[in-house]
Amino acid sequence: MVTLRILPYTEIEHLSSLGRIRKILNIAKENKIVLMQGRLRKEEEAELIKTTMEEIDKTFKGIELAVIYPSENKETGIFASIKNGIINTLLGDRQGLTIVGPATIVKQIKKDPKKIELLTQEENSKKKSSRKKK
Amino acid sequence: MIGKIKKFLSGFLKKWGKKKDMKIGLYGPPNGGKTTLANRICQDWLGEDMGTASSMAHETREINIKEQINIKSKGKELTFNLVDTPGIATRIDYEEFLKSGMKEKEAKKRAKEATKGVIDSIKWLDEMDVVVVVLDATIDPYSQVNITIIGNLQARKIPVLLVANKIDLKKANIKKIEAAFPQYKVVGISAKYGKKVEKFYETLFEVA
Repeated sequence: MVTLRILPYTEIEHLSSLGRIRKILNIAKENKIVLMQGRLRKEEEAELIKTTMEEIDKTFKGIELAVIYPSENKETGIFASIKNGIINTLLGDRQGLTIVGPATIVKQIKKDPKKIELLTQEENSKKKSSRKKK
Repeated sequence: MIGKIKKFLSGFLKKWGKKKDMKIGLYGPPNGGKTTLANRICQDWLGEDMGTASSMAHETREINIKEQINIKSKGKELTFNLVDTPGIATRIDYEEFLKSGMKEKEAKKRAKEATKGVIDSIKWLDEMDVVVVVLDATIDPYSQVNITIIGNLQARKIPVLLVANKIDLKKANIKKIEAAFPQYKVVGISAKYGKKVEKFYETLFEVA
């Protein structure tokens, strides 16, 4: 059985970088897949990998991580740039979606500009998937 | 306050000393060919190898530095310290090493060293003046590890050169890497066979 844990932005916005990383990692270590509204900063992503490595042991083998960034929206032009600037100012790191799963459950998260696929270890079958871009 | 002064001084000294001992780091996921490229550079300019490359993931588990490499291309000259780093991964499972015939004790030791290697690679990011991200051109470049490495370099304002390695293989697709990271220069090479390495050196001069 695969358990998904939805993490709304309101649950992490008051936390420090360390707190956010801890929260995500604690859920992943409970063998749950985290679906977080928003995203970590780039430096926090690196810190998450570093902390994950520090905690790898017999039972915890690491994580699979995928972030859908708002910049993956390929709109171009001056109006799109102004629009993106306003959205960025208003929402900041609330934009996007982060998926973190324990390596013992998630085999791979395949991502390309049009979709995201999550492959679980069980039977190596595609259990979840597909978020098409607008 | 003291922290701020320290930060300012270290930034100033880093910039001031840049020309003297520029550090060029080889970064990327495991098995992209970082050590093979490091060996190619060292063979070309020093006549010796830098480390051991193999087809097994996490062969490099420690930061390796080769100092004072002097390269020349089209009348230009560049001297730097080459830093070969362990591959960055989000998961390490010792059981994966067992599949290649390794004994359990050895596999566990290797896994432990590999986790430390990843931590060291990330810690060393701040020390780099230029980074060459080495990607296996036969593998999908849209992995989160690639995006995180490149995003961190961008956030730190470190110049980046992308190497699409293993172009000697049929499945290699340089265009896919160019499409994934359009803001960076991409050079397709075969570090193993020395294919297009001249082009790599030329582009390194442009980036460094």
